[in-house]
Amino acid sequence: MNQNHYPQNDSFRRTLSGRYRLANLWQGLFFTALVIAILSLVALLYNVVDGAFGYVAYEYKHAPSEFSAKPLDQLSKSELLELLKTNLSSGAFKKLDNEKPMEKRFKSDLYSLVLERLIQIDTKQTWSLTDSILHAKDIKAEVSQKYPKAKLEFRSWLTPVFLTTPMSSKAEFAGVRTAILGSLWMVGIAILFALPIGTGAAIYLQEYADKNFINRVIQTNINNLAGVPSIVYGMLGLAIFVRTFEGFTSGSMFGVTDSNGRTILSAGLTMGILVLPLIIINAQEAIKAVPDSLRQAAFGVGATRWQTVWHHVLPNALPGILTGSILAVSRAIGETAPLIVVGASTFISVDPSGPFSKFTALPIQIYQWTTRAQSEFHSIAAAAIIVLLILLLTLNATAVLLRNRVQRKY
Amino acid sequence: MQNNQPEYAIETKNLFIFYGSFAAVSEVNIKIEKQKVTAIIGPSGCGKSTLLRAFNRMNDFVPSSYVTGEILLQGQNLYGKNIDPVEVRRKIGMVFQKPNPFPKSIYENISWGAKINGFKGNMDELVEQSLRGAALWDEVKDKLKKSAYELSGGQQQRLCIARTIAIQPEIILMDEPASALDPISTLRIEELMQELKKNYTIIIVTHNMQQAARVSDYTAMMMLEKDGSRSGTVIEFSETTKIFTNPKDKRTEDYVTGRFG
Repeated sequence: MNQNHYPQNDSFRRTLSGRYRLANLWQGLFFTALVIAILSLVALLYNVVDGAFGYVAYEYKHAPSEFSAKPLDQLSKSELLELLKTNLSSGAFKKLDNEKPMEKRFKSDLYSLVLERLIQIDTKQTWSLTDSILHAKDIKAEVSQKYPKAKLEFRSWLTPVFLTTPMSSKAEFAGVRTAILGSLWMVGIAILFALPIGTGAAIYLQEYADKNFINRVIQTNINNLAGVPSIVYGMLGLAIFVRTFEGFTSGSMFGVTDSNGRTILSAGLTMGILVLPLIIINAQEAIKAVPDSLRQAAFGVGATRWQTVWHHVLPNALPGILTGSILAVSRAIGETAPLIVVGASTFISVDPSGPFSKFTALPIQIYQWTTRAQSEFHSIAAAAIIVLLILLLTLNATAVLLRNRVQRKY
Repeated sequence: MQNNQPEYAIETKNLFIFYGSFAAVSEVNIKIEKQKVTAIIGPSGCGKSTLLRAFNRMNDFVPSSYVTGEILLQGQNLYGKNIDPVEVRRKIGMVFQKPNPFPKSIYENISWGAKINGFKGNMDELVEQSLRGAALWDEVKDKLKKSAYELSGGQQQRLCIARTIAIQPEIILMDEPASALDPISTLRIEELMQELKKNYTIIIVTHNMQQAARVSDYTAMMMLEKDGSRSGTVIEFSETTKIFTNPKDKRTEDYVTGRFG
């Protein structure tokens, strides 16, 4: 090996600059990929925010003064109720009373009923945030020309009232309270069902199961189940919970008579099955992360397998299991397809009152609103998307905080 | 123990330890004397730890591992049909290579093992007694409620020893207990072993031959079989002084004098 096969000095520097060129090219490609990803995210957010705020032109069909001498927003609850009683036809009033007794409704609900049924606000046109900012003058000119009686107002469709009002057939009076409550009920049932079962299955697979053929097949299938399209779980839920176990899920077994199998319970159980593989896999990872030395320490002082799992493995895996469950919840909250199949109601203005209620959920509501022709529904859909996104971000942030907070040192 | 007849704590008879079809340890016949320190030495991968773990059935957790032959504790085969491994580990405690206290308080580290084994006496007393036994009491008596992770590595290892003696085993197995510790902590563990052997039989695996020479009364020299089967066995077993000064086997001599391994 007398000969030196490596390039020296100048020729080495030439090869070196070649190596750097290639490196820079790759770095540039990766950076481009990142920029594209960020741009799509920004576009998504822009699209949502653009719809949720902006100018709206509307007319009153009847002036408030026709009904009350005082401004409407200063009326008390009983005055509002009286107003509705005297001005609505008795049939219409009875129908509302049947949906939910009028005396039990909130004042804000009655107020929006007055606006909706008596004043009858009629939305003429809505504009996006971009248009509202860039073309404010044109919009004002257009409105005064086309709808001389209309009022023009810059509105945020996302308001506290939007969160606390139930569904309505008029976009101006529609809110997401029913949908949020429906989503929470559904996710609550899903997690009550899936967390114990999922954790149990994970403990069995990690701590008890032999590494034999059957268990490997089970493991592989659990991993695959996590990737099954959600509509398939919807079909499953329809076949099993809605139809086969209708007596249970409709509540007729427990004396509830006014519903069929398309209840929150069916939806919650379907979602539970959908997130079950996720919870199992996450719990398995959390259990795997508990070091073996800890198990050996427990066995070494004469613990049984169960004592080791209960006193040491589970407490130390718990933060990880909870993190996984929160992520599973955020998946369930965003799912739409299974709910359509299981039969979420697209229009329902009554809050769910228990597991046997009919229900709707946020994504269903958004889907339903975006398919409507009137542009004001697109605006409240955008507002509802923001609500959903904030809900999801909160859940994910909680998961991250939990994970960072309870990091174990071992 | 007035007579000269030695009393044995545990003995192996024609012991083979398999992983699947591979015999990791073959044909071990040794008798471990009561209240003595017995060291197991030998090069890496010759099955020292495997043999040690066979004594309290820790190998049971390795899938596909099994044992032929017998390990007799007071005449009873630990691998007999009616023997529960949990009961074996209750009688034969273990201290591991890396200190592995529970992520709990110092107090709970000791009390947990006692609790699950149905200890009915005064727990505070037991904790103090065990910590004193492990020469740790004076250092931790004011912070029993603190996490065991706040202790240094050497203190953690002594806590693990205290945890082991709290369940009052007959034999304590130590798997390279000082290999993760600094020399001063090592020294303290070695001194502790001399204390402990007054009440317990100790079997220790060590890589460190000086340590074996310092602490042990008997030494088992392990080596891979010459037939190329990659199976380890005890090639020589006698008093430590004999192993280090006058070994019978040429391989032992080469090993302890540092000529290989």
